[in-house]
Amino acid sequence: MTGYIEKIREIAARLLTDGTVEMVIGFRKGTVPMMNEPFFVKNPLEVATLVWDSNCGINLANYLTDRKEKIAVLAKGCDSRNIVTHIIENKIKREQLYIIGVPCKGMIDRQRIAGRVDGEILKVVEAEERVVVSGRGFEKTFDKADVLQANCRLCIHRNPVLYDELAAELVSEQQDVDRYVEERRIEAMDVQQRWAYFDELLASCIRCYACRNACPLCYCPTCFVDESRPQWVGKSIDPIDTRTFHFLRAYHCAGRCTDCGACERACPVGINMRVFTKKLEKDCLELYGWEAGMSLDQRPPLDTYKVDDPEIFIK
Amino acid sequence: MKFVKIDKKEWAAGLDRLSAAYRLFGPVKEGNFHEFKALDAQERPDMAYVNTRRSPKALIYPQSEKMFEFSLDQTRADHHILREAGKDYTARAVIGIRPCDADAFRLVQKNFDTPEYRDPYWVQAYEATTLVGLGCSSPCSTCFCTTAGSGPFHEAGLDLLLADEGSGYLVKVLSPKGEALVQAAGWSDATAAEAAERRLQDLRGEAEARIVSRVPTAKLKDQKTNHLFDAPFWQEVAFSCINCGTCTYVCPTCWCFDLQDEVSGKDGIRYRNWDSCMFPLFTHHGSGHNPRSQKTQRVRQRFMHKLKYFVDKYDNGIQCVGCGRCIRLCPVNIDIRRVCNLMNHFDATACAIPAA
Repeated sequence: MTGYIEKIREIAARLLTDGTVEMVIGFRKGTVPMMNEPFFVKNPLEVATLVWDSNCGINLANYLTDRKEKIAVLAKGCDSRNIVTHIIENKIKREQLYIIGVPCKGMIDRQRIAGRVDGEILKVVEAEERVVVSGRGFEKTFDKADVLQANCRLCIHRNPVLYDELAAELVSEQQDVDRYVEERRIEAMDVQQRWAYFDELLASCIRCYACRNACPLCYCPTCFVDESRPQWVGKSIDPIDTRTFHFLRAYHCAGRCTDCGACERACPVGINMRVFTKKLEKDCLELYGWEAGMSLDQRPPLDTYKVDDPEIFIK
Repeated sequence: MKFVKIDKKEWAAGLDRLSAAYRLFGPVKEGNFHEFKALDAQERPDMAYVNTRRSPKALIYPQSEKMFEFSLDQTRADHHILREAGKDYTARAVIGIRPCDADAFRLVQKNFDTPEYRDPYWVQAYEATTLVGLGCSSPCSTCFCTTAGSGPFHEAGLDLLLADEGSGYLVKVLSPKGEALVQAAGWSDATAAEAAERRLQDLRGEAEARIVSRVPTAKLKDQKTNHLFDAPFWQEVAFSCINCGTCTYVCPTCWCFDLQDEVSGKDGIRYRNWDSCMFPLFTHHGSGHNPRSQKTQRVRQRFMHKLKYFVDKYDNGIQCVGCGRCIRLCPVNIDIRRVCNLMNHFDATACAIPAA
């Protein structure tokens, strides 16, 4: 994917020069290995700052919320689906956007890689299907497929679903992906087992809200955990309050989540809170045949009513 | 200054003797990361760790701390009266703390332990704690302690400094608390101070040479506060910020807190919780007004506090020890080294005319 960079810069320079957009939102090279930083360019002479590689996992739809400018934005498959959701939910107008589609081959999981080497990673070189990491006294080569983010391994929409221009040719989608192995495993647990699993899953949460804030869906002007008059949820790290936060946040994303992995990627303590949103994604798929953000023409299942909607959950 | 040597064969037995007199804490591996934890009997700190994911500040200053308990049950004589929550201020020791993290407590002390005001919880916990430092021979690429006023073998704030010498530790005793701990552990193999000091200086020099990150801070003090406050770079610095609390919660020197009363039934607890200047609620007034309603204002506040207001108020360097945690854990790669550089080198006159 590193080959996309020149094309991205060329498109960005053209759009800024001809006045199509006021700013281009993309990534600049990070200051530490396997991190790039979301960044905007307004001056066509500065497009060389833009980069692209397998460390661009952050969902850029999160940076579009309520912006007023005319914007070009880089969009992987998941970003594009969140842009669609943003447009449907009136967080940005289609006319404001010039979407530069970036067919994606998956983003690498830096925590996963860091956990598989002894020592600090100082350098990472990406070849097409391989990632070579090195540090003081070691070098290790990984198949990229083995070190992808968990959501990318299960992704079936790598190509952007909405774009004005592509930065590269479309890629072939992953076939025969069983997306819900983990969710079926949890569904099969009895209530006590499942509760114990959730307890364990959330035990290390520090309530920093990185998951919520990295999520393009979480744009409420005041999140329910921040309501203070009256206050809804306790602010300590009491497990009940922590669970309340995670469960309610997940439900708020039902039928909207694209499994972009932003929440899990942002978490400083390594919690896989995607199991909650994926369970709801699975329910929406099974009940309504719904995948979020695939089309501007369809309303999400939880804000429409059809007479033949299944009612099996009403007991 | 006194030095002792500990043969690593004596290490475990010493820790066992210590656990009779101290509650012990140390770095232990959890998943892919190390964290400071209370050590169970026979549990050993992992002295081969590099650094912990979260700082050890919670050992003195917990994320959620019970201050008082109260009852709303009017049949009780003490209803609506705050009762001190039970605390354990018996002696504790943190084994293997990095010098930067120990130094951070001294910065936090400036807030919690002043001539006018002494925070009883922080002060008592700090005074009950003996800090057994471990010199840092393989710092991370993100460590910039030497230009943040600390260092890999920095002694300030430590009671003991251990240098790993392979088969044993060379220990410098830095305080009466340190002396008491060495005695309790039965580590009594004293060694000639002059040679030991030279050895420690060598190790310090080697470790400091391995620090590759530096931040320039010399000009921060002379920068005009209003010029920095109005600097044009904040928009760019703050753009990627998602306003989570990661940087503030993993930071060893962030000290802000919030008080909360939580009631369940008729029983209430007054908590002190860490707060974060990244959160909109941090400055949300009762009137509804929020002087820092925008994320750029909040990002600016964090860096201005650490790198300008603190510098001006205490005249003792920046409110940062260069541990690098915020750099390693920021989900969007905002890098305090970069921001410090921008602030230090900012030239208001050069920016008076906006670039074309």
